[in-house]
Amino acid sequence: MEMAMNKTKESSFRMHPQKFAMWLFIVTVVMLFAALTSAYVVKQSSGVWLDFDLPFMFDITTGIVIVSSVFMHMAYLSAKRNEVSKIRIYLLLTVLTGISFLVGQLIAWQELVQEGVFFVGNPAGSFVYVLSGVHGFHLLSGVVFLLIVAVAAFKYKVHSTSLVRIEMCATYWHFLGGLWLYLYLFLTLNH
Amino acid sequence: MAVTEVQLDEHVEHAAHDDHEHHGNFVTNYIFSQDHKVIGKQFLIAGIFWAIIGGGLSIIFRLQLGFPDMNLEWLRPLLGGWITESGKIDTEFYLALVTMHGTIMVFFVLTAGLSGTFSNFLIPLQIGARDMASGFMNMLSFWFFMLSSVIMFISLFISTGPAAGGWTIYPPLSALPQAISGSGLGMTLWLVSMVFFIASQLLGGINYISTIINLRTKGMSFTKMPLTIWAFFLTAILGLLSFPVLVAAALLLVFDRSFGTSFYLSDIFIGGEALPNSGGSPILFQHLFWFLGHPEVYIIIMPALGITSEIISTNSRKPIFGYRAMIGSLMGIGILSFVVWAHHMFVTGMSPFLGSIFMILTLIIAVPSAIKSFNYITTLWQGNIRFTSAMLFSIGLVSLFISGGVTGIFLGNSALDIFLHDTYFVVAHFHLVMGSSAFFGMVAGIYHWYPKMFGRMMDEKLGYIHFWLTFIGVYLVFFPLHYIGIAGFPRRYYSFTNFDAFSDFADLNMFVSVAAICTFGAQFIFLFNFFYSMYRGKKASLNPWDSNTLEWTTPREPGHGNWPGEIPTVYRWPYDYSKPGSESDFIPQTVPYTNTPESNLPHEAEEAKNEKV
Repeated sequence: MEMAMNKTKESSFRMHPQKFAMWLFIVTVVMLFAALTSAYVVKQSSGVWLDFDLPFMFDITTGIVIVSSVFMHMAYLSAKRNEVSKIRIYLLLTVLTGISFLVGQLIAWQELVQEGVFFVGNPAGSFVYVLSGVHGFHLLSGVVFLLIVAVAAFKYKVHSTSLVRIEMCATYWHFLGGLWLYLYLFLTLNH
Repeated sequence: MAVTEVQLDEHVEHAAHDDHEHHGNFVTNYIFSQDHKVIGKQFLIAGIFWAIIGGGLSIIFRLQLGFPDMNLEWLRPLLGGWITESGKIDTEFYLALVTMHGTIMVFFVLTAGLSGTFSNFLIPLQIGARDMASGFMNMLSFWFFMLSSVIMFISLFISTGPAAGGWTIYPPLSALPQAISGSGLGMTLWLVSMVFFIASQLLGGINYISTIINLRTKGMSFTKMPLTIWAFFLTAILGLLSFPVLVAAALLLVFDRSFGTSFYLSDIFIGGEALPNSGGSPILFQHLFWFLGHPEVYIIIMPALGITSEIISTNSRKPIFGYRAMIGSLMGIGILSFVVWAHHMFVTGMSPFLGSIFMILTLIIAVPSAIKSFNYITTLWQGNIRFTSAMLFSIGLVSLFISGGVTGIFLGNSALDIFLHDTYFVVAHFHLVMGSSAFFGMVAGIYHWYPKMFGRMMDEKLGYIHFWLTFIGVYLVFFPLHYIGIAGFPRRYYSFTNFDAFSDFADLNMFVSVAAICTFGAQFIFLFNFFYSMYRGKKASLNPWDSNTLEWTTPREPGHGNWPGEIPTVYRWPYDYSKPGSESDFIPQTVPYTNTPESNLPHEAEEAKNEKV
């Protein structure tokens, strides 16, 4: 790792290798969801399909995820301006909204269960669980990443000259928010 | 020898701050190593281990196919209960054998063993980097692969047998544990193993791409990269885009198997009883699987094609014919590989119109493939050919790629495929064009870069014997399978002799089996050569093949960081062999144009004026 860093200083350097790797990881997540959503479309176009209402909770969690992204951006801006206490507050708020998003998704699943749509049953219902579940799993990894950055912030390690980590974290978090918006729209429109 | 002078100067200046030798203990140096060279060798050794197992399994089922009346009692110490009372292979275990043979060869040998070895070993050395972008991720990539290997290996020994639904694990066979004994724990272990395998491939792929894009040495523009690196780069991109889709397919399969969902299952009766699943479709799995599965075959062959380009050019002492066309055709193959998956599914009842579209797209792949074949041949044409073992295997690859590729044109036609689908014709086709070709590329790569890996030469005479036995053997094994396939015999069937129509082919099958055993035996010559040369081989010179690429500017056994001094700068493309006007028949990439006024082309003379050496 150190060596790779040393090397970059002397060569034609374009992008931070770790950030670049993060983008590549995002590409793999995009492909995963592209596969799942196209499977949804293929399945929907052929065979028995179940019609049911999406849980109302999805509307609320969509709102939460947007707010969370805003907090994340505020944290990033504070880091750029070296406002140490604000970085911490905004990071913690992001974590908090992230966790409440996950809780919201669980409540949404309960709504589905009450509606009589179970994980086991018609694929139409199973797909909703799989899409939100796999997204939730990725969001959980995002929360862990956030916590790592938050701990670093409490150790005064996140500031205007040390932005790589929080930038990567912000990229991932915004991506996950955007991914949920896509899934939300996808589920609403393909219903 | 202007080259060495220039480099020596640089070394003296910078040696002080760049030369940091790492002295770890045995564990950090050889086991949990973060050095790309060690990781490459780890992949190589693991790949060889798997190749022996995968090949060994095929010998067992070839015994059954070639000698159906043979008493296999002598295999009991190895296979135990899988040999029936009457001394035959258990029929379900036969399916497990072909499944594991396919899985091991496709994923563990020709993906991890080939890509893993050469991408790791060659990328930093050929682009002039000290190591991969992230050594830690690289180490993780190998150890995920190792974990996946261990799980797959364990599955060979469980009492219900390993996965037996074919390497493509089509549901419902793979989704219902009660369908076949291999669909129980064996299939679960298969899926778990593949999860780690995919994680390993993604970690590796992310690393290869970010290394190639970010860590090239000064002057190493994309148009000056060796074709090996281009091939590894595009392979990694294919893997990055297609493996997540396999994750999606496998995830839904896991849910179907373990949680009772119905993504792939509908209206199934087992033992007269209806299963509760409804609304799913097994065709969905095939779409998802082949969206990975088709790029996967190019993930296997493209590194081999890249290695071949490099070896053929070096040993023909000629620049590669059509450098840009070679890159273009790799890109073409890469892009097309994502839009042809349904040619594996012509008989799934898809609309004939859709079938025609996939047929046309499939046949278009013949164009970039033919460009590659022609370019190999035109590079060889009138070359000053040096028949090293690596060169022989590379030429062998070209031969196999062509003869296997031609039958691809047959199979790509949806009308013909309806007849040939799932027969031995398909088996013959992909074993030649993908299996054997990629294997030849891998072996060629080992012979060629062995001096850089272990600092010693492999024995050339043993290499020749290995080549001729393998080359003739592979044709003797797979060519007859075309006839068996056209005659209509389906693949994965336990016995040829159960139906009168196929009894005629008993002799041919015996012949194939004998050829397979001989070819497999010949590989032990290679194994001996490989391990013997590691300790007793002739010590290699710094640049034994008079090659142009950067890896030959490193010390005989490159240490941590690859170059003891500063990383050399690149001034030209890697294929300046037998350049008119030049005294030497090769000009390494590190020689500036200003040092070679006698051989510069007009535009290079122009470039020489702006060169800062």
